Amino acid sequence: MTIGKIHSIETCGTVDGPGIRFVTFLQGCPLRCQFCHNPDTWDTHKGTEYTPTDLVNEILKYKSYMKFSGGGTTFTGGEPLLQADFVKEAFELCKKNDISTALDTSGFIFNDKVKEVLEYTDIVLLDIKNFDPEVYKSVTGVALENTLAFLDYIREKNINTWVRYVLVPGLTDNLKSITKLANHLKEYPNVSRIELLPFHKMGEYKWEELGYDYTLKDTMEPSLALINEVKSIFETCGVSVYANI
Amino acid sequence: MCKPQWEGFETGKWTSEIDVRGFIQTNYTPYEGDDSFLAGATKRTEELFDEVKKLMLEENEKGILDAETKVPSSITAFGPGYVDKDKEVIVGFQTDKPLKRGIFPNGGVRVVKSALESYGYELDKQTESIYTSNRKTHNDGVFDAYTEDMKKARHSAIITGLPDAYGRGRIIGDYRRVALYGVDRLIQEKLEQKKRLEINCLESPDIRLREEISEQIKALKLLIAMGKSYGFDLTQPAKDAVEATQWTYFAYLAAVKEQDGAAMSLGRVSTFLDIYVERDIKNGTLTEEQAQEIMDHFVLKLRMIRFLRTPAYNDLFSGDPTWVTESIGGMGTDGRTLVTKSSFRVLNTLVNLGPAPEPNLTVLWSTSLPEGFKKFCAKISITTSSIQYENDDLMRDYWGDDYGIACCVSAMRIGKQMQFFGARANLAKALLYTINGGRDEKTGEQIAPLFAPITSEYLDYDEVMAKFDQILEWLAELYVNTLNVIHYMHDKYNYERLQMALHDLEILRTEACGIAGLSVVADALSAIKFAKVKPVRDESGLVIDYEIDGDFPKYGNNDDRVDSIAIQMVELFMNKIRKQKTYRKAVPTLSILTITSNVVYGKKTGSTPDGRKAGVPLAPGANPMHGRDTHGAIASMASVAKLPYKDAQDGISYTFSIIPNALGKDEDSRENHLASLLDGYFHDGGHHINVNVFDRETLLDAMDHPEKYPQLTVRVSGYAVNFIKLTKEQQLDVISRTFHDRH
Repeated sequence: MTIGKIHSIETCGTVDGPGIRFVTFLQGCPLRCQFCHNPDTWDTHKGTEYTPTDLVNEILKYKSYMKFSGGGTTFTGGEPLLQADFVKEAFELCKKNDISTALDTSGFIFNDKVKEVLEYTDIVLLDIKNFDPEVYKSVTGVALENTLAFLDYIREKNINTWVRYVLVPGLTDNLKSITKLANHLKEYPNVSRIELLPFHKMGEYKWEELGYDYTLKDTMEPSLALINEVKSIFETCGVSVYANI
Repeated sequence: MCKPQWEGFETGKWTSEIDVRGFIQTNYTPYEGDDSFLAGATKRTEELFDEVKKLMLEENEKGILDAETKVPSSITAFGPGYVDKDKEVIVGFQTDKPLKRGIFPNGGVRVVKSALESYGYELDKQTESIYTSNRKTHNDGVFDAYTEDMKKARHSAIITGLPDAYGRGRIIGDYRRVALYGVDRLIQEKLEQKKRLEINCLESPDIRLREEISEQIKALKLLIAMGKSYGFDLTQPAKDAVEATQWTYFAYLAAVKEQDGAAMSLGRVSTFLDIYVERDIKNGTLTEEQAQEIMDHFVLKLRMIRFLRTPAYNDLFSGDPTWVTESIGGMGTDGRTLVTKSSFRVLNTLVNLGPAPEPNLTVLWSTSLPEGFKKFCAKISITTSSIQYENDDLMRDYWGDDYGIACCVSAMRIGKQMQFFGARANLAKALLYTINGGRDEKTGEQIAPLFAPITSEYLDYDEVMAKFDQILEWLAELYVNTLNVIHYMHDKYNYERLQMALHDLEILRTEACGIAGLSVVADALSAIKFAKVKPVRDESGLVIDYEIDGDFPKYGNNDDRVDSIAIQMVELFMNKIRKQKTYRKAVPTLSILTITSNVVYGKKTGSTPDGRKAGVPLAPGANPMHGRDTHGAIASMASVAKLPYKDAQDGISYTFSIIPNALGKDEDSRENHLASLLDGYFHDGGHHINVNVFDRETLLDAMDHPEKYPQLTVRVSGYAVNFIKLTKEQQLDVISRTFHDRH
């Protein structure tokens, strides 16, 4: 029996995909994003163990709310695809029970198992941390290329995709690269929405609790002017752009 | 028998008998659209509201604006009163001046005296003497009949909030009857009823009923006189929308001139009034602006209903509530929606006149409600936090499609049903009595019958449950007996003749018991079952605290292991209530509702085995304990939705607070998500929900700077209050409640 390690669950998710969603935060992440607000999900050794059946039984308790809102379930993390076997089994069960599935991922892990997960995925929320390979590496500690291959694959499978971009002043506000990303995304008809997430420091206390070194202590939240500028760049893609203001 | 005032209405059974529902069903116009037709406040409304705001501000500063000290309130005790006669489309105040509080010594003269004194007024000596020497009060009657056990239970606060020194309230007259039929027709009906009771062998129930009908007729005649003093002829039906609203308001006003019941609810009038509005608009005699103006002025009057209360009463039910509950929307049994444009108009008063706690606007929610109305409700909830919602799909099966909510959550068929309000028993305290062999955990006094206390080192679930059962048996019997005494005396000394005149002769009476502390009991029993709970005893052997070793499931996380305990407790106590004999053969019911009394109940309850310390507030109503619902908003709602309405037909109250960002990223998605939350909750069997949408920081700021927030409204348990009118303790309690904030 496959076992998943779960960091936590949120029964009333309203910002991770359409409608009201049961959000599962999976434990473990290979990225070390400087702006991460859930660093407590990094460590692969922690988490509460669930079988896919147990988790999906929990999700099914909330079916009415999903049905009325056009929602579903979202698996996020951490990086859910670190536990691709588990996610695949859980998503398969969700689809059998008519629950819409969303996968919030960095796209960093891309292999045959991941392709199986995507067979049962209705929406991908793809976090592109940056479009400049060097900046990407410095922000996340890993390489960008897998994410781009992942994006190609979900275009091939025509999976509805929302691209997410975290805007951090001084770190990911390189406008040239944002423009390149916007141009790149024009080639992806499966991308139906872009979400611009302005940096916030609500996760800072967690870094301290965990004894990690938080490098963005002195970084400010982006100004409204910057948010609007980036938003208008993304709008050149021709899809709706949502900015959390 | 068609009246000229009914011109243009579809006739039916309602023309020959008193049948307001029949009138509504044959004549109303369901509305399936959105809010785009609504009108803003007129200049006249704004000017009038400015004058009223000044008075309210002055009232806030002084505590109360003014009080009568001599003349007991009655339907005709005072001549007409106005704020600004030329600007008031709807007129009438309880006394001769706006916001001046009347006195109601029939309930108890000592209460009146102490309430006046607490605000620096003195009760007139002669009035005091009349109600001390010549006229017996409800309160005197009750204490003449109370047994020693009843007094002890009251004093130890295992049963609290009993209506033995204040009006019981929670009776809704069918105020619409006055508008539809005129008072003459209603008197005629009552005379016929009395005639039917001319029987050979009159026994006390019939004698009582004959006397009551005579009193009802007198009250109706006084209602006519009151209308006349304002220049209106209430003997005849209302002829247009203004009159229909004015007649309905006068009928309600007569009730609040004669009774100061805890909850004086309005019923379900907006869709009824809409029929008159539609007719006038069709005739070209009324515009949308005017229709909204009538509603705004009506609501403004309802916002100005006042009663004089003692500080002890204010501690229990804080923020000056009157529970002018208006039930809005819902679906008809024929499948048509009962939402009309006036359902929108009444909610639109929260825009035109800003947020307010009263009238207690209550939307009867159905998953089948028109989408436009759902969305409008969500929008107004998000901006004002002034609406409560109750499950029409659930209640329609029990009460049909012309019921209204009395107080917070008590459904009753309008004009066909009333309740004997019963406050509540503190189950958390009962659990402590179980462990201490019937002794009070705070005083050591023997309150319940003496039986063996629990002496083991750790509490054993089966032993506790077996003994808890015995305590609840004792409590249920004592509780219902106490209520029987109270309501016998209330009928005798403080009968609601005007409200009952607006009822049928044959009515259903319920005896509405209640419980407090459900979540504490569920968590405590869960701790005993799933963790290890060690009682801490003082030198006399009395358990005064508990040590808990290990974790345990907590109510509010959609975990059946503990939610099933909560369900079991409701069923268990209700079944014990069902076994009791009730006054006037009332049908026993149960509510899970504390209003704001959860703070006072907590103060009077020692430490409990769930880890709650002595004096800490209980959770309000059916809410999970503050901060223990950790799986997100919906898990918390889902736990509450499991509680069985069949065993709590007087209502299950749940208060929910969420920050705007946790509802969604933008206005549109917040509105959609809130409407879906309500759909999901009610579809899954939830009965009631208060919706608050704001940040904790707003409340903290309002505590420091009340002058910035004159209209900040929060929903507490079954009603809403002006946040700045709460006591500091209660403000802190509201702030400490769970705010769902994950986003």
